[in-house]
Amino acid sequence: MKILVGYKRVVDYNVRIQVKPDGTGVVTDGVKLSANPFDDIALEEALRLREKGVAEEVVLVGIGPADLTAHLRNGLAMGANRAIHVVTTDAVQPLTAARVFQKLIDKEQPGLVILGKQAIDDDANQTGQMLAALWDRPQATFASKVEIADGKATVTREVDAGLEVIDAELPAVITTDLRLNEPRFIKLPDIMKAKSKPIDTIELGSLGVEANDHLKTTHYAAPAKRSKGVMVKDAAELVAALKQKGLL
Amino acid sequence: MSKILVIAEHLGGKLNPSTARAVSAAAAVKPEAIDVLVLADSVDAIAADAAKIEGVSRVLTVARAENAHPLAAVLAPQIAKAAAGYSHVLAPSTTFGKDVLPRVAALLGVAQVSDVMSVEGAHTFKRPIYAGNAIITVEADPTATLVATIRTASWPAATTSANSAPIEALTLDVALPSHTRFVELQSGKSDRPDLQSASKVVSGGRGVGSKENFDIIYKFADKIGAAVGASRAAVDAGYVPSDLQVGQTGKIIAPELYMAIGISGAIQHLTGIKDAGTIVAINKDGEAPIFEIADIGLVGDLFKLIPELEQAIS
Repeated sequence: MKILVGYKRVVDYNVRIQVKPDGTGVVTDGVKLSANPFDDIALEEALRLREKGVAEEVVLVGIGPADLTAHLRNGLAMGANRAIHVVTTDAVQPLTAARVFQKLIDKEQPGLVILGKQAIDDDANQTGQMLAALWDRPQATFASKVEIADGKATVTREVDAGLEVIDAELPAVITTDLRLNEPRFIKLPDIMKAKSKPIDTIELGSLGVEANDHLKTTHYAAPAKRSKGVMVKDAAELVAALKQKGLL
Repeated sequence: MSKILVIAEHLGGKLNPSTARAVSAAAAVKPEAIDVLVLADSVDAIAADAAKIEGVSRVLTVARAENAHPLAAVLAPQIAKAAAGYSHVLAPSTTFGKDVLPRVAALLGVAQVSDVMSVEGAHTFKRPIYAGNAIITVEADPTATLVATIRTASWPAATTSANSAPIEALTLDVALPSHTRFVELQSGKSDRPDLQSASKVVSGGRGVGSKENFDIIYKFADKIGAAVGASRAAVDAGYVPSDLQVGQTGKIIAPELYMAIGISGAIQHLTGIKDAGTIVAINKDGEAPIFEIADIGLVGDLFKLIPELEQAIS
């Protein structure tokens, strides 16, 4: 079985982002970029399935500008067999990303697609679900445990009510939650090895998918700030303050 | 004019309060009608609850055995079919809504607006990005069906006192897939108020120290009638189950009172509580970032302070 893994480049999760004063965007120039943390978890899960003998090949898929290659090399160093780089300078929204994946699925015929549950820049949490719809296959979102046997994935999902277990016949789309696994660190020799692994580049336009903005962002703003709080000196004072506000 | 379809969320034959929050957001669009769609195996009790929500015009029900569990692959084609004639399809931005609605959007060939915080116009909304560190205004195509999830923490629940909307059974001619099957739900059942809808929440973090020590948080929460939450650190350390996690990757909540005990206040946690009415922080480290957003802060040892608080309350 072949596994496709989505690999998005985002502003590093440790960066405290700044909104531009004119409201046209957030500052991304000179800001550290990294793999979306949920995508590292997706890649790790695919690698573990390959190590268990469930899959033979793990293929990374990145959509982005020419310099995305360096980032895909990191995923190859982590252990992916090869990468597909869909080249576009436009920002790609989830519906477009899902359509791109659908085209690649037609070509690659994977048994499983693993994506992160959401990208930490747009926080959309849509691409995996949209892909499963276009592909007309099962989806198992927010996965915290995946077991594959007898042509199906048994997936434990983190839902508001607790943990839900579902069976999904393969091929299927799985999106990863935080607790699925702990991604491995990249070792130096693997970075060297990754340089010789293949990266196919495909122009987005050649896939017959348009990168149009389905949603237009007209303004960016910083969130409303909370007013400065007060410190109290002991438990009695805290209880008095809460009683005064009618909260106890 | 707008006609809105709100997808009801329910569990164990009961309507989830998040549905009434989605109805509030629907009302802000000022539509000519708000219909609620109930997909279940047994719809009567859920539909009766939905009919009471202020602002609901009709409750539409689809009773099918396949709808016994909320499987997106099964529900989405039915919702997409039922969406015909509606300008908007909305669902709460809970794990249920997040799972099913993008699948509906893709079936309809349209984009989705996730986590609507405010309605600026029938097709213009505000939503958070970058873990709530920026708020964007987005415009959707006014000629397409608008599909959106509603950030429940940003909307009050519509009242349920005066309305009695008509309930109509709907027959949808849709073939349903059998490739996805429900196995089981392991729920962290408790008698405490539900974390997402509680007016008071007491959360513990790494500072609580152990699973056994977490009892002090449960007891204190019970004393003031609060739900219990936790930071990611406390969940990862195994002190509490993961459905108690509050934060960007857990639940986003907006109670009237939020008490963070032994929680340092990482960005990912603060994202989950930014909209709380009053935030109280109790931490032994006076430099902890949680104090930057707390309305009331108290520096000290939680094991000493909580018994003192309990005494001061009674």
